[in-house]
Amino acid sequence: MTNEEIKQEVLNRFPATTFDETGEFLNVQAEPADFRSMMESFKKDNAFAFDFMFCLTCVDWKTHFTMVYHLLSRTHRHNIVVKVKLTDIKKPEIETICDMWKTAEFHEREVWDLFGVNFKNHPDMRRLFLDENWPGHPLRKNYVDENMISI
Amino acid sequence: MNLLGDPEVTPEGEFVINIGPQHPSTHGVLHLKVWLDGETIKKVQPHMGYIHRSIEKMSESLSYRNFIYVTSRMDYISAHINNTACALAVEKGLQVEVPERAKVIRLLLGELTRLASHQLWWGCTGLDLGAVTPFFYAFREREAILDVMDETCGARLTQNFMVPGGIMYDIHPNFQHRVKEALKLVKSKLHEYDELLTGNVILQGRLKGVGYMSAEDATNYGVTGPTARASGVSCDVRKWFPYDGYEKVQFEEVLDTGGDCWARYMVRMREMKQSISIIEQLIDNIPEGEIQAKTKQVLKLPKGEFYQRVETARGELGVYIVSDGAASPYRIKYRSPNFSNLSALPKVAIGAKLGDLISIMATFDLIIPDIDR
Repeated sequence: MTNEEIKQEVLNRFPATTFDETGEFLNVQAEPADFRSMMESFKKDNAFAFDFMFCLTCVDWKTHFTMVYHLLSRTHRHNIVVKVKLTDIKKPEIETICDMWKTAEFHEREVWDLFGVNFKNHPDMRRLFLDENWPGHPLRKNYVDENMISI
Repeated sequence: MNLLGDPEVTPEGEFVINIGPQHPSTHGVLHLKVWLDGETIKKVQPHMGYIHRSIEKMSESLSYRNFIYVTSRMDYISAHINNTACALAVEKGLQVEVPERAKVIRLLLGELTRLASHQLWWGCTGLDLGAVTPFFYAFREREAILDVMDETCGARLTQNFMVPGGIMYDIHPNFQHRVKEALKLVKSKLHEYDELLTGNVILQGRLKGVGYMSAEDATNYGVTGPTARASGVSCDVRKWFPYDGYEKVQFEEVLDTGGDCWARYMVRMREMKQSISIIEQLIDNIPEGEIQAKTKQVLKLPKGEFYQRVETARGELGVYIVSDGAASPYRIKYRSPNFSNLSALPKVAIGAKLGDLISIMATFDLIIPDIDR
């Protein structure tokens, strides 16, 4: 499907969605309340059939976090980027999607480790790289470590 | 395992043993915790982060010219391709057109890297499964390729030959001659690989029907590269989203439907021949001209997001740059192929024997620094 067709299909199902087409991919800004059901339809709906999640990450914007999901459909050869804004910077939380895309299991653990975003219903929410009692989450912009040096 | 070396036993009577972090078959510092019922694997849990260097955080304070070279230390066996991915991502942001000559040289070096990488993998697979000789055979031919790299790039492994907009220097005058010599050597020895290892009954016994991964699992776990193509998943970025002129060369995306260790072995063996064919098509057709597009001294990417994917020797590497208009990236994410490939290991290894885990690890071809980053 072309980006226009995808947009129409998404709007039919979730009328409140906003889009951003300035970049390479079509960006969908999902509401946290709609997020789970939207991802479910992206995965299971034959019109979308996004079977391959090629990237999952988080960006710290200081005032909020943005979760970024890159999806590709191998059947239809189209891409989409789903973004969710997490406004609670003290305790960011979002539903897991690792029951739909298994690859998300490790990626979500990485995001928890480095950004401190909690994934609800994740089967194994432990840190991935760092020690369990490591203070703070290093990829946050306000992270300070006494051993950090600037060049 | 406790300090006395006695294995831990769960209430269900399963033995818990640790493989790594210093076990040779894990090819680096990866720690696998394995639950065993007799010799059958019930559960595998990878523990990683032993060489986590926080490359993503480091890149946030480096300029767009400098961050490229840190990625050589991710997948150090295909460092050149990692550098290419970063350079392409920056070029996408700057919207500069790379000269044809630079594109062809990038592609040639990329394929040489892939060939050398697969040779290293072949040697190590033999070593893991108890055959020592293949390691020396593989390194003999790999050395010829690394010599070419040494002469042109100045380094054998971490080439650091990329700049945004092209390549750093022009190729060495001997380059074409040396590449042809190296290819001649590799081609004359490839049949020895098959005679020595591929046809070996013990090797076939240890690979055939072991570590099956279905096409659905491969896609669902985000597995890419030769590991996924052995399960019949078409995922070659060079075909799907061509870059650097891959659309102009003739080559076949190697696919197999076996899904077991043997299929993964055969896919890589066949990919070596494809790489040789790509290099042969281009080595006499390097166009004349500039090697770098004109760029400013201090690079600043416009506000926005840029994503570039390339096919490394192990799968799809994605570089995701978020720019806020400053001279260094606001956020960088590397979607590394080994990270996703490893996530499928706990699924694939269930039900296999402990010895089979070594075969599975060998044919997954994991590079640990790429997982930890």
